[in-house]
Amino acid sequence: MIRRKWPAAGVGVLLAALTAGLALPSAAVAGEPTGRDAPQVDLVLDVSGSMRTRDIDGQSRMAAAKQAFNEVLDATPEEVELGIRTLGADYPGDDRKEGCKDTAQLYPVGPLDRTEAKTAVATLSPTGWTPIGPALLEAAGDFGDGDGSKRIVLISDGEDTCAPLDPCEVAREIAARGIGLTIDTLGLVPNAKLSRQLSCIAEATGGTYTSVEHQDELAERVNELVDRAAEPVVTPVAAEGAASCAKAPTLESGLYTDREEFGQQRWYRVDVLPGQELRASVSVAADRAVNPDHGVLLRAVTVHDREIVRGEAAGTGRTDVLSTGLRYPKPERDDDDGDKPAAETVCLAVTHSFSPGAGVKTTPGLPLELTIDVVEGPDGSSDVASFGLGRGWWLLGTLVLAGFLAGLVWGWLSRWRFAVWRTS
Amino acid sequence: MRITRLLSAALLAFGLSAAAVAPAAADSTPSPGASSEEGAGPTRAGTSFRTATEFEQGQTATARASVGDYLYWSFPASTGQRPTVEASVKLPKTHAAETWRLDVYDGLRRRQACQYGAQTRTAAADAASVELKCVLRTVRAWAEPWADDPLPGTYYVRLTAVNLTAGDLGRSVDIEVRAGSEEMGGAAAVDGSLSEPLVPGVALRNAADGQDGDGDDSPTAVLADLEPEDGWTSGWWSSRWVWTAVGGALAALAGVAGYRLTRGTGRPSRVPPGA
Repeated sequence: MIRRKWPAAGVGVLLAALTAGLALPSAAVAGEPTGRDAPQVDLVLDVSGSMRTRDIDGQSRMAAAKQAFNEVLDATPEEVELGIRTLGADYPGDDRKEGCKDTAQLYPVGPLDRTEAKTAVATLSPTGWTPIGPALLEAAGDFGDGDGSKRIVLISDGEDTCAPLDPCEVAREIAARGIGLTIDTLGLVPNAKLSRQLSCIAEATGGTYTSVEHQDELAERVNELVDRAAEPVVTPVAAEGAASCAKAPTLESGLYTDREEFGQQRWYRVDVLPGQELRASVSVAADRAVNPDHGVLLRAVTVHDREIVRGEAAGTGRTDVLSTGLRYPKPERDDDDGDKPAAETVCLAVTHSFSPGAGVKTTPGLPLELTIDVVEGPDGSSDVASFGLGRGWWLLGTLVLAGFLAGLVWGWLSRWRFAVWRTS
Repeated sequence: MRITRLLSAALLAFGLSAAAVAPAAADSTPSPGASSEEGAGPTRAGTSFRTATEFEQGQTATARASVGDYLYWSFPASTGQRPTVEASVKLPKTHAAETWRLDVYDGLRRRQACQYGAQTRTAAADAASVELKCVLRTVRAWAEPWADDPLPGTYYVRLTAVNLTAGDLGRSVDIEVRAGSEEMGGAAAVDGSLSEPLVPGVALRNAADGQDGDGDDSPTAVLADLEPEDGWTSGWWSSRWVWTAVGGALAALAGVAGYRLTRGTGRPSRVPPGA
């Protein structure tokens, strides 16, 4: 095994070096660690009038949120950059237009000064409207340029009061910007309608929705989300597939994201050397309401449009992603003439059969995640079966029979030889 | 004289290998390491393939999550194992009927079929918990690219409520997930093996290993990191050695018996002494 690994590592390094300066500079850093950039979290807190309601462990929702925030600020890991944004904190009037613009940055996303942040939180008092959509739009702009993971934690006790701007669509648009932003939502003593809205926001960005009825739950959950942001995660690289193989971008090993609209095909190219194996997997996420039956198909096709292998998946019912994958080991070449190109270009085509639910916007397309690994091809044999070893009673029987027959023949031969010797 | 030597050698070989027959017959007993070690696993779950929380077989992963979340874990499985994934969900005190599902995907994110076990189960209103189980097919060392047989590598577990009412969305549940496996032994051996296990991102990690040496020890994010307890290569031992050795010994014995049968016992009586 080790003997075989070295040349492969060498080839990999060489390939990486050769292609580093070529067409796709981003591909060279695909899947690079993101630990260097600080993870960023923006807590978005609803400070609308309804937060006065006293139904969380006997205290008002606002008091519970403040207490939870204090605990969270104390427990935030050192490396996390935390910011706080409010919605409905300043405008107490009745003008809907004004009320729907009411969102402000209470504490900027950056290195955390716990005392300062706590003082800022203490000043809050329940005031105005619930402009969730506008607040999310603003919050998405709060983050710095870093590559670290970005997370918005939205805490609200009432549904958005600023229709027609649907916060769910706002979330989808933010996700489509490709900045790797996740929105987690928490509903304080929610009704079914709020639950639906907040979980729709969360699902649009791959986040989670939690309903909260006790103060300790709130602190625990927000802490967990902040911790989760601090965990190093591989960030995918944005790629843009083409409508045909000829125009498709060439990808290397790594993790990529793209968007694929309903009824669209996405093509990518991968170069595979003889003796290497291409492994590709694709996940298409349903980030909006889609009809219950769906499928996804990943095909590996040669440049001459011959299908090599395909991976397909179909599902029904509620789902976050539908995924499939394929393997294509390219055989070692026997003839060693240098005329043929060394690497074969394999075209990968991704299609999905999600269909949008009634009244759902179809743009931007569904998020697509593509993993590509080009590794050394399968070994000839190191498995015991191929040492010629067998098992089972039939094997035993055959061996015994063969041995017995050989013994018989041998005995007869030696008897015959003895007879010949005696007569001569 | 030669015959007796041969015979005794064959007998010795038989005696030796007869002692080793036991493991051959015990092909399908679970390995003690797989199930007896009840380690505490991670206390969190990931929310996508990319962020799946890793745990080892034999560990119990726990998580506090919300109804409606899609929860992901991953564990490594090696050749010859038949993994079983079990999940139990402790539901809130009051709730409407909801259906939970456990899905297992391989390292290429291909959904893997369950041989046995309730993969989907509906909890009646106010039921205290749901138990789900999935017994996968045996992990083989190699398969045709056109087959989706389980191969050694990372396995993803996805747990979610597939049918629920809006009122239950976001409610807290406690979840336990366990993975263990039964060793299927030599019966599952096939001719061939993969050069690298089916671990997502393995190509990048190999490249990174090759380039290492600049003293960079910052924590790097990888898609999957864990290896099975005994490493990816299942080792050279297999019950097939015993079967084949016993077969060889028996064949030798049978050969001797056959020889004796046709050769006759000792010299023919007509041969004069001293000839």
